Amino acid sequence: MQTIAVIDYGMGNLHSVGKALEHVGSTRVQITSDPQVIRDADRVVLPGVGAMRDCMAEMQRFELLDVIREVSQDRPFLGICVGMQALLDSSEENGGVPCLGLFPGQVRYFGQNLQIDGERLKVPHMGWNTVEQRLDHPLWHNIPDQSRFYFVHSYYVQADNQRQVAGSCEYGLPFAAALADGPCFAVQFHPEKSHTNGLQLLQNFVAWDGRW
Amino acid sequence: MTLAKRIIPCLDVENGRVVKGVKFENIRDAGDPVEIARRYNEQGADEITFLDITATLEGRDTMLQTVERMASQVFIPLTVGGGVRTVNDIRNLLNAGADKVSINSAAVFTPEFVQEAAQRFGSQSIIVAIDAKQVSAVGEPPRWEIFTHGGRKPTGIDAVEWAKKMESFGAGEILLTSMDQDGMKNGFDLGVTRAVSDAVNIPVIASGGVGNLQHLADGILLGKADAVLAASIFHFGEYTIPEAKAYLASQGIVVR
Repeated sequence: MQTIAVIDYGMGNLHSVGKALEHVGSTRVQITSDPQVIRDADRVVLPGVGAMRDCMAEMQRFELLDVIREVSQDRPFLGICVGMQALLDSSEENGGVPCLGLFPGQVRYFGQNLQIDGERLKVPHMGWNTVEQRLDHPLWHNIPDQSRFYFVHSYYVQADNQRQVAGSCEYGLPFAAALADGPCFAVQFHPEKSHTNGLQLLQNFVAWDGRW
Repeated sequence: MTLAKRIIPCLDVENGRVVKGVKFENIRDAGDPVEIARRYNEQGADEITFLDITATLEGRDTMLQTVERMASQVFIPLTVGGGVRTVNDIRNLLNAGADKVSINSAAVFTPEFVQEAAQRFGSQSIIVAIDAKQVSAVGEPPRWEIFTHGGRKPTGIDAVEWAKKMESFGAGEILLTSMDQDGMKNGFDLGVTRAVSDAVNIPVIASGGVGNLQHLADGILLGKADAVLAASIFHFGEYTIPEAKAYLASQGIVVR
């Protein structure tokens, strides 16, 4: 049976991600902070909630930075929410935090004056929004374009390389909802909380060989 | 591409069973929470809220088991509230599979608890529940105050000012219940809903008083709520979630 490592660096609820992965495939899900267990896994998920400074500090404390850089390049890898944002160059959150730099770009704050057609938009961006699929990618298999996914975030990804933007979303401004590079895929929304479409994406991830 | 307004069925859970009272009394039994949550999930509910109204410690453990059972079967966001008093309560609920917890009385008694919780678990997982009642007399400018103990105890705290303070303390969302309207089926208190929603920059969930689908639309269009929460109109089969969504869509509201 194949194994999936869900990286646990002490930030938030990993139960849902684990349960959702178990629900979609016959896989052994290991929630772990052990670099060796992560290296031994067939595929790896990097979830994340909370503040970026704490996330990066905890990843460092658990000595996970090198193993994340490594496994995100050589096997199917999925970053979720702050686990996506951590893959960019840096984040504006907490006065500026350097991140892993696996995707060129920045993580920026939505701001307090976000508007659409004169209507003020609340921050965090919380709820179900549509994702436009910008790449033909195996992780979108069986998911209709413009499907809605569940988001909750106050910071967004501004990708420098538009060819890596697998899905885009808009909330007062356009932002990257999904990034893809080699065997690494990352989403701003929560597939584990996005009902049918989210479970389909996780199922696609479990079946993916990392190529496209 | 627009963010959809959310419809959130709320389950009042006591000792592992769903109940719903009228003005917090006359409780009727409405079934197994996980079963009902699954039904709402299949119908397209945008989130689920469990409100634990159990008083006993044994009941608290039952709630954690219920949350765990729900979280391994229903893959939409789950909020749990009721009796959340310590960082440990929050951790237990999040570990059991809740995505957000709502803090009510404990925030009133110790506002710094909200700060601590938001720092520890992130604002996205901390909702502050506000139970408000209108206290201004007829003819006066409207004013609402926070009440605790199921709407029985006034606190002297202004509801709108309180919402702003909770936002500054790190709350990610406000769950606003009108105690005048709760269980009455006359619609939300649109005045307080609008006042709070205009005053804060975080999402506001309107609650208390939904009796028909127009009430849901009014909460969004007139109360400017980002989400609407209702219990009895869904539990007792008066309306389904798809009916509610179709109605909101017919009023020009974006729904999932």
